[in-house]
Amino acid sequence: MKRTSYWRRFGITGRGLVVVLPYVWLLLFFVVPFVIVLKISFSDIDLAIPPYKPLLEWVGENSLAIKVNFNNYAFLFTDSLYLNALLNSIKVAFISTLFCLAIGYPMAYGIARSKPSTRNVLLLLVILPFWTSLLLRVYAWIGLLKANGVINNVLIWLGVIHEPLSLLYTPFAMYVGIVYSYLPFMILPLYANLEKMDWQLLEAAEDLGCRPWQAFYKITVPLSRNGMLAGSMLVFIPAVGEFVIPALLGGPNALMIGRVLWDEFFSNRAWPVASAVAILLLIILVPFMMWYQSVQARESAGR
Amino acid sequence: MTTAGAVKAAPWRDPSARPYVEVERVTKSFGDFKAVDDVSLKIYKGEIFCLLGASGCGKTTLLRILGGFETPSSGRIFIDGEDMTGVPPYERPVNMMFQSYALFPHMTVEQNVAFGLKQDRVPKGEIAERVATMLDLVKLGSFARRKPHQLSGGQKQRVALARSLVKRPKLLLLDEPLGALDKKLREHTQFELISLQDQLGVTFVVVTHDQEEAMTLASRIGVMNQGEIVQAGTPSEIYEFPSSKFVADFVGSVNIFEGKLLEDEPEYVRIASEELGGTLYVSHGISAAPEATVWAAVRPEKVFMSTAQPEGTDNVVRGAVQDIAYLGDLSIYLVKLPTGKVVRVTQPNTSRHAEAITWDQQVYLTWDSTSPVVVTR
Repeated sequence: MKRTSYWRRFGITGRGLVVVLPYVWLLLFFVVPFVIVLKISFSDIDLAIPPYKPLLEWVGENSLAIKVNFNNYAFLFTDSLYLNALLNSIKVAFISTLFCLAIGYPMAYGIARSKPSTRNVLLLLVILPFWTSLLLRVYAWIGLLKANGVINNVLIWLGVIHEPLSLLYTPFAMYVGIVYSYLPFMILPLYANLEKMDWQLLEAAEDLGCRPWQAFYKITVPLSRNGMLAGSMLVFIPAVGEFVIPALLGGPNALMIGRVLWDEFFSNRAWPVASAVAILLLIILVPFMMWYQSVQARESAGR
Repeated sequence: MTTAGAVKAAPWRDPSARPYVEVERVTKSFGDFKAVDDVSLKIYKGEIFCLLGASGCGKTTLLRILGGFETPSSGRIFIDGEDMTGVPPYERPVNMMFQSYALFPHMTVEQNVAFGLKQDRVPKGEIAERVATMLDLVKLGSFARRKPHQLSGGQKQRVALARSLVKRPKLLLLDEPLGALDKKLREHTQFELISLQDQLGVTFVVVTHDQEEAMTLASRIGVMNQGEIVQAGTPSEIYEFPSSKFVADFVGSVNIFEGKLLEDEPEYVRIASEELGGTLYVSHGISAAPEATVWAAVRPEKVFMSTAQPEGTDNVVRGAVQDIAYLGDLSIYLVKLPTGKVVRVTQPNTSRHAEAITWDQQVYLTWDSTSPVVVTR
């Protein structure tokens, strides 16, 4: 008792600590890095280490000058490279999300409607790829897609084609990689949503004159809307900034914003421009994140 | 206990009457288990037919077969003369009210009720009119714009009822329709349901495990056990003339005395019962082999209890009061006979200052010779 009251005097309680912890985490690993990146995005490029000029500078004895440079942002809009990369990233993320939804929905539905014993095995299989690193899994796709890779060899052996198809380093390969990698993020929230579904509603709909596919379209689809939105956001948001998969599978023409950011940062050593790209990307994604949050809140409030 | 419903003429007694719903030797097996076992049933137009049984007796499976949600393994179903055996639910002139109500959570009350009509492409004006009429009928007119999660249990039940009735089905199936309601509301709703059925003239098949509910609602009851219909009849037939020990015991409470036939005459039988420690005299004949083992069932309210010895030796037995439960309108006495058998007696508390019979008191029990029902299985 005495110990507790000792800590209490300074306003430290168990409950307080529990609440403060996530805030400390966010401050250290989100707010602080964000402020640093924001600061760099407003500074001048310099041939130094680090390769930018400080925002604050002593001029003379007692005056501190703040030099805010908007050129980096202005530059993003003068060179069409950045805008094109951004639009292309959004397009790729959007199309990937649609494919994930088209493939993930039937899978989530199938899992939700299977027997509870098989259900756990199927869910495990969905999560299983996470046990291997993403990089290895994407490399594995290179082995599958390359000119003398598994897919081409099988197709030639079957006699479907005579010359190997050039699959690798195409948009097709990039989409395969993104959809494959992000599919679990679509399936899991959709499954969580469908699993709560009262299947008797479908019987009720059939009883009232719906054929099974009408019942699915009129009852299941609207009731799983939140699951679809949540899954889509979980795929779309990270896919916009995706770097590894386009770089490994998409070839030199895959113009993605993540790739541009990498090039600016490491090849050009243009940290301020790279930071500006990062900030712009964040600003574009914030509305989607907020939307996702509100969907989540609605879901847990029970519609 | 009242017998209500739109059927007053008892068409089941008329061999020339055409049944509206006919279940013909229907069996439904799940693997080795027969959920419904060779059931035949005739239900007439305007009836409220209750399928009564304990959970797992096959009553819900039979209802789902009528609704088209299960296909019978063998046998056929006719509704209004048409063979419905393989017809899917969306093509049957039958609607079902689900035990969980199964209201669509993303639609308002109005949209829920209109759903079936929209599905049938009924003109818009007519939909609005029929939905409004139906909501008024179930007294939910002012709740049309609410979503199901904003309603109480009783209101949800009425929306479910309105939704299943608005399509004017030939047959309405109700799965434990009042199961989720509390006792007071349940009683009230039972009578509402009867008057609604009276107004609309729809034939109801109700599944329930609650014998009181079955008694109140039904024109006829089919008592089910292990997939079979063991007896079908009006509530009073089921209660007063049970055909087996199972029915006697399942519907209401009863004292059952096992015994051997001593005398078997056309107008009376006399039974010697070791359990009773005496003889029973029953003033009606039965058909059983001489010396066969039979069971005499006596309802607790038909047993009289007194401290003075009644005349005669038949249908009289002595015992000690073991337990008393005071229920207000009546009291239940458990009387232990010298043989160890405990007899249940109910007596109405007609007077506020009756000379009370108390624990451990020696009492005599007796009953009319017309009261026992003798069953052979």
